[in-house]
Formats: sequence, C-alpha cells, structure tokens
Amino acid sequence: MSTASPVPTAASAAKNRETLLRILIPILVVVALVVLWQVLVTATGVPQYILPGPGAVAQSLVKDWGTLAPALWVTTQITMAALGLALIGGVGIAIFLIQSKWIETAFYPIAVILQVTPIVAIAPLILIYAPTTQVALLICAFLVAFFPILSNMVQGLKSVDHNLLNLFDLYGASRWQTLIYLKLPASLPYFMTGLRIGGGLSLIAAVVAEFAAGSAGAGSGLAFRLLEAQYRLNIPRLFAALVLLSALGVVIFGITSFIAWLGLHRWHESSVRREN
Amino acid sequence: MTDLQSLDIPPGSSHKRPLVVMRNVSKSFSSGTLALSDMSLTVEGGEFVSLLGPSGCGKSTALRIIAGLGDTTTGTIDWPASRINVRGLPEGDISFVFQEPTLMPWQTVFGNVYLPLRLRGVSRAHAADAIMTALDTVGLKDFAKAYPRELSGGMKMRVSIARALVTKPKLLLMDEPFAALDEITRQKLNDDVLKLWRDTGITVIFVTHSVFESAYLANRIVVMKARPGRVHADFPLQTSLERGPLYRASEDYRAACEKVSAALLDAMGGEAMEMH
Ligand SMILES: Nc1ncnc2c1ncn2[C@@H]1O[C@H](COP(=O)(O)OP(=O)(O)OP(=O)(O)O)[C@@H](O)[C@H]1O
Ligand SMILES: [Mg+2]
Repeated sequence: MSTASPVPTAASAAKNRETLLRILIPILVVVALVVLWQVLVTATGVPQYILPGPGAVAQSLVKDWGTLAPALWVTTQITMAALGLALIGGVGIAIFLIQSKWIETAFYPIAVILQVTPIVAIAPLILIYAPTTQVALLICAFLVAFFPILSNMVQGLKSVDHNLLNLFDLYGASRWQTLIYLKLPASLPYFMTGLRIGGGLSLIAAVVAEFAAGSAGAGSGLAFRLLEAQYRLNIPRLFAALVLLSALGVVIFGITSFIAWLGLHRWHESSVRREN
Repeated sequence: MTDLQSLDIPPGSSHKRPLVVMRNVSKSFSSGTLALSDMSLTVEGGEFVSLLGPSGCGKSTALRIIAGLGDTTTGTIDWPASRINVRGLPEGDISFVFQEPTLMPWQTVFGNVYLPLRLRGVSRAHAADAIMTALDTVGLKDFAKAYPRELSGGMKMRVSIARALVTKPKLLLMDEPFAALDEITRQKLNDDVLKLWRDTGITVIFVTHSVFESAYLANRIVVMKARPGRVHADFPLQTSLERGPLYRASEDYRAACEKVSAALLDAMGGEAMEMH
C-alpha cells in the first residue's frame, strides 16, 4: 500500500505475493531439510546400509525404477479402487440407513461392530477367502476407508436444518427431491471430511494389509518391495519405496482437498476466507 | 371429491367464501403439552391478520397447522375457496416465511427463490421470469447471483420473502419474520409487505410480539391466550388513512396501539391470575 499505484492493483499484487510465499516457504523448508540430511550423512560418515543420504536414495529411485514403478502402480490401483468403492458404498448405505428409523436401528449396530473390529485382525481371514492377494488387499483397504465415510455421511444426512425440511414439506417435495436438493447438498461438508479421512486410511490399509499378506511376485505392491529391501539390507531402495509411498499419500491428500475445495469454496464456512 | 365441490362455484362468484377455516382445532404434542385447545378462526381472502399473544401460547403451532406442517389432534382445517390436493392442502396457495431466513447456503439467491418452482418441476428457463419479478418486488434484482453468506440479515429475509412470493400464493404465513432485525430495516420491510398486500390482494397472517408492528400492519387483530392456546380476542382495526408514514403519526395509529396493547395485557393478565 506504500506505492502510489491504485488500490486494486496494490491489493492484488499483495495477494499474489502472499500466494507465492505460501507455495515457496514449504518448498524451501523441505529443500533445507534434505540438504541438512545430506550434509549430516556426509559429515558423520554413516554407512549406507544404516542411513543413506538423499543422493543415494535418488540414485536407487532411478536404478530400481523398473521394480518400483510396477509396485507403485499396484498400490495406487488398490488404494484408489478401495477409496472409490468405499465412497459408493458409504454414501449408498448411508442413504439406505436414513430411510427409516427401523432400518437404522436394525443395521447400525452391525456397522459399529464391523467398525470397532481392527481390520488387520480380519486380514488373515480375508486372505483365505479372497481369490487373489490383490482382491484381499482391496477388501481390507475398502473396509478401513468405508466406515469413516459411512458415519460422516449418516451424520451429514441427518443434520439438515429442520426449517428447511419444513419448507420442503410445505412445497410438497417428494422423498427423492428432498434427498437430491436438500439432504445431499447439506451433507457435502461431511462427505468431504469422510473423503479426506477415507483417502488417507485406504493407503494406510493397503500397505498394512500387504505387510500381513506378504505376497511376492509380479503383482506385489510397494509394501512388499519395502519388506523385501529390508530383508536384503538394501536400505536406499527401502527409502526409495518410502518416498514413493509418501508421494502417493501427498497426491491423494491433494486430490481430496482439491475436490473438497471445488465442492465447498463458494458457500461453506470452512472454505471461505474470513472477511470482516 | 372436495375438488369437485370447490369447482362448482364459478370464480368471481359474488358469493364470497372464506379462504381458510380452522374449526375446533386442538393440538397436543407427544411430550403431553396441549399447545392448542379448541381454537377456531376464519380468515377471509384479502385480510391482513396479525396474531399476537404471550410467548408459548401456540402462535407458531397454529401457523404450522394451517400450513399443513404437522397434523391436528382434533378439529379440521378447511379451504372453502381452493382446490385441495391429496394431503388436504390447497396446492401452491400457501407460502411460509419463518423467523430465520432459512436459505440454502449452497444455492445462490436465484437458486433459493427457484426452489418452490423447481420442486414443481418447472425448468430454470421457464421459471426465470417469475424469479426475477419476485426478486424485483423485494429490491434484490442485482443480487441474483450472490450467495446467502454475502447478504445482510435484512437482505436474507427479503430473499425469503421473494421465495414465498414466487409461487403467487393466496395466503402468506409469516412467523415473526422481522424479529431479529433492527428497527429501521424492520419498518422498511413492514412497508414492503404492506405494499405487496395492497398490490396483489394477498391474504396475510402475521405473527408478531410487537404491538406497534401489528397495529401498523394489520386490519384485523387476533390475540391468543396461553395454556392451552386459544383465541382470546378478535377485532378489526379500521382506519380511513392509507398505512404508511402518515398513518404512523396519526391519532388512528395511536388508538390502535392502545387497543391492541390492552387486549394483549388482558390475555396475559388472565394467565397471571390463573397461576395464583
Ligand atoms: N415440537 C414440539 N414438541 C413439544 N412441544 C412443543 C413443540 N413445539 C411447541 N411446543 C409447545 O407448544 C406450546 C406452544 O408453542 P409455540 O411455539 O406454538 O408458541 P409460540 O406462541 O409460537 O411462542 P413464541 O412466541 O415464543 O414463538 C409451547 O408450550 C411449547 O413448549
Ligand atoms: Mg413462535
């Protein structure tokens, strides 16, 4: 504001600068940490099989891309498929549950029992029943991601403003219209919360379930490559697999946050800048 | 059956039928509260009825029952001058303005006013004219694309009124619509409602706590008494003046205020004595 330029330009310039800083600062912090890591490793001379430097990890990433890339693809597929199924299932069953008090009374306890049972404990059982390991992993990841989406959706669908429900009644809205025009949009913020939690959990579950399954061969995912690298004391490759997993996690987080922003930014308090 | 009965009197017949007849209506809630007891009220087309009474006397309950939101325990609501649908309500003849604006935050002003027509299956393009006319009536034509969070309290209330008007109802039910607004905005909206009433010949039932507001607006006052809710006093307010700034400064208005005030005190005094 100290410049003589008109206020809108100054304001938008300030806004641009802020956006730039928002992106730049976290990148700088990450770069600084990586550099620090390299410096420490070089300075202390830690052997590579204990703690490889970022350079060695990057090298391994390039060298082992042939084995890591297919594994990344498998894990990505399982995670995304599980999340997709969990979204369809969670929303669908939530809509079914709120249709009547009796349906909810009858089915909600089952949902709770399934939710509180640690899924990893069911994993061995699923491994026996499922036709392939991939399917077993998919089922595990699905189950873990499904419940947060379901419970968020049920809560969202039920927390609709009563006056708005009255209004829809007054205008003779059908059950279907009330669902489409009122309940679903009103539960969008809850859905987005479920989506973000579910996205994170499905990746975690896909990895944990693969640890439990310990499957080998062409169709194995990043978790198996990680175990394998540990077994062979190929620590740079272990780190490379880890980097890919966290990159996948970041991408999923980015996508789900972007979807949440798309759906909510024009109207919901959580996505709207406070302007007083 | 009732459809046919109401059809055999040609429209514009000199034989005038009341718009709505509440006959011996009682309402008790599952909690055991007897909110209304044997309440009868006949409202003629074109009246501006103000419903007053101590807090908790059943004004909102009466209004909701007229609108078909919630059943009567005993008694009936009849619509002698209207076609009624399977739910016993005159199709599209009633609109409701709640104390809160009750807007959908995810819809624009346009989308909110569109709601009643959308629920009837009218396409957006066909509804556009009616929506813009309704928005024009409340002076918000330029805000069609705005979201509710971008509006002030008074503007939200206007959107709520525009939504109520878009179906061109015969009866407008208003439950303390302006109670949360400042005095100036309230007077402005009062004048808007009066203009609307004069211009369209709409029938209004207006619940308020304010003696001044009811004396200014209504040409008939109905005072209710609490525990259980019933009609305590019912009288017309006549004036040769047009309701407006001139009326507000007139002797007629002062007399009306006194009359309403006395009736209200009487209704509340009775309650106080019962409590001894
Ligand atoms: N849903 C409900 N369940 C149980 N009791 C209710 C319900 N709604 C209203 N009541 C009771 O019915 C009575 C009348 O309530 P109502 O809301 O109609 O009063 P009111 O005249 O509109 O009051 P106010 O002026 O405070 O708005 C009150 O005693 C209230 O406690
Ligand atoms: Mg009330």
